[in-house]
Amino acid sequence: MSEIVDARGLSCPQPVLDTLNKIATMGKGTIEVLVDTEASKENVSRAATAKGWSLDGVVENRGEYTITISKR
Amino acid sequence: MKNFFSSKQGIIAVGLAIGVLAPLLQFWGNPGNMGICVACFERDIAGAVGLHRAAVVQYMRPEIIGFVLGSLLAALFAKDFRPRAGSAPIARFILGAFAMIGALVFLGCPWRAILRLAGGDLSAIFGILGLVAGIFLGTIFFRKGYNLGRSQKTYSSVGLIMPLVMLGFLILLLLYPQVPEQPQSGVLFYSLKGPGSMHAPLLVSLLVGLFVGVVAQRSRFCTMGAFRDVILFRQNHLLLGVIALFVAAVVVNAVLGQIKIGFEGQPVAHTQQVWNFAGMLLAGLCFALAGGCPGRQLFLAGEGDGDAAVFVFGMIVGAAFSHNFGLASSPDGVGPHGIAAVFVGLAVCLYFGLTMRAKA
Repeated sequence: MSEIVDARGLSCPQPVLDTLNKIATMGKGTIEVLVDTEASKENVSRAATAKGWSLDGVVENRGEYTITISKR
Repeated sequence: MKNFFSSKQGIIAVGLAIGVLAPLLQFWGNPGNMGICVACFERDIAGAVGLHRAAVVQYMRPEIIGFVLGSLLAALFAKDFRPRAGSAPIARFILGAFAMIGALVFLGCPWRAILRLAGGDLSAIFGILGLVAGIFLGTIFFRKGYNLGRSQKTYSSVGLIMPLVMLGFLILLLLYPQVPEQPQSGVLFYSLKGPGSMHAPLLVSLLVGLFVGVVAQRSRFCTMGAFRDVILFRQNHLLLGVIALFVAAVVVNAVLGQIKIGFEGQPVAHTQQVWNFAGMLLAGLCFALAGGCPGRQLFLAGEGDGDAAVFVFGMIVGAAFSHNFGLASSPDGVGPHGIAAVFVGLAVCLYFGLTMRAKA
C-alpha cells in the first residue's frame, strides 16, 4: 500500500514540506507524490533522497508527474 | 533529459556566472554595487513609466526585460512552460508591494545585498542578517500550516501575459530611446543624474539579462530559497549558488578595482543599521511567504506562473508608493515615513501568516 501526497498546484516550498511531513509520519514504506512543475519534481526527488529514501520512478502524464519514493 | 542545471555543479555554475556578470555590468555603466538589483531595477522601471516621479531613479532597465524573456525562451525550449494562476493573487500582489517597500528601506534586493557585500559595503551585513531573520519568521508560518493554496492550469495566453508586457516595455524602449540631456523621450522618463542615469549599453544589459534568465530558469536559482531551504529542510543546494555568486563577485570586483571596504560613503547605501536590518526583515518575510526572491519571481513569471507575475506587478506598484509616500531610503538615511511603513508591512505579514492556513 502506498500513500499519496497531492502537491499539484502548490508553490514552493509546499511540495517538499508536504513530502517531508509524510516521510516523518510514515518512517518507512512507499509514497507517491503528485506534482505539476519540473522544479517541484526536482525538489521533491532531491529532498527525498537526502532523507535516505530511494527514488523508484517518475512517471509523466500530460505535464503532471507521479514521483514514487520508498524506504524499507 | 537530465537537467544539468538542477545538479550541484549546475547551480554553482549559475551562481558563478551571475557573480561574474553583475560586477561587469557595473564596470560597463550600472550604478555602484548595483550590477544587478531586481528591486532597484523594477523601481527604475516604475519611474521610467511615470508611476513615481523621483527624478534620479527612472530608467527602463533592459536586464529585467531580459530576465523574463530569457526565462520564457528556456522554458519553451525545455518544454517547461507551465501556464498556471490562481493561488491567492491579491495576497501575492500585496506581498510584492511590501517586499519592495522593505527592500527600498535597505536599498537593495537580496541579490544586491550580496553584491554590496562583495563590493566591501559592510552595512550589507545588517541587511543580510535581516533577510535571514525575515525568512526564518516565514518558515515558522510554514511550519504552522501557512499556505496560499493551489494554482490552476490555465491558457498559454495567460502564461504569456508577463513576457508580452516585457516585450511591450522593450518596444517602448526602442521607440523612445534616451535623448542626451533630455529627461523624457516620448512616454518614457530618463534620469539625468543619480543611479537612474547610470547604465550599461542597452544591448549589453539586454543580452546579459537574457542569458541570466535562461540559466536561472533552468537552475531555479533563488536567493530567498537558498536560506529558507537550509532553515526549513537543512538543504544547502540553492545556498551553494548564492555562495558561488558572492565568491565570483568578490574576485571580479577585485580585478576591476571595485572593492572599497567600510561602512561610510558606499554607493547608494545608508548606515542606519537598525533600518537596514528591519527593511530586509520585512522584505525577506514577504519573499518567504510568496515563495521566491524577486529574481525568482521574474523567472517564474517567464515560465508561465501568473501568480509570480502578480507579485512582480505588486513590486512595481510598491516602488511607486515607496517614492510617492517618502518610504524609500536615500544615502542620507531612511525616508520620512519608511519606519512606519516597515511596521505596517510586518503587521500585514502577520495577518497573512496567521490567517492563511490550510486546515490540518
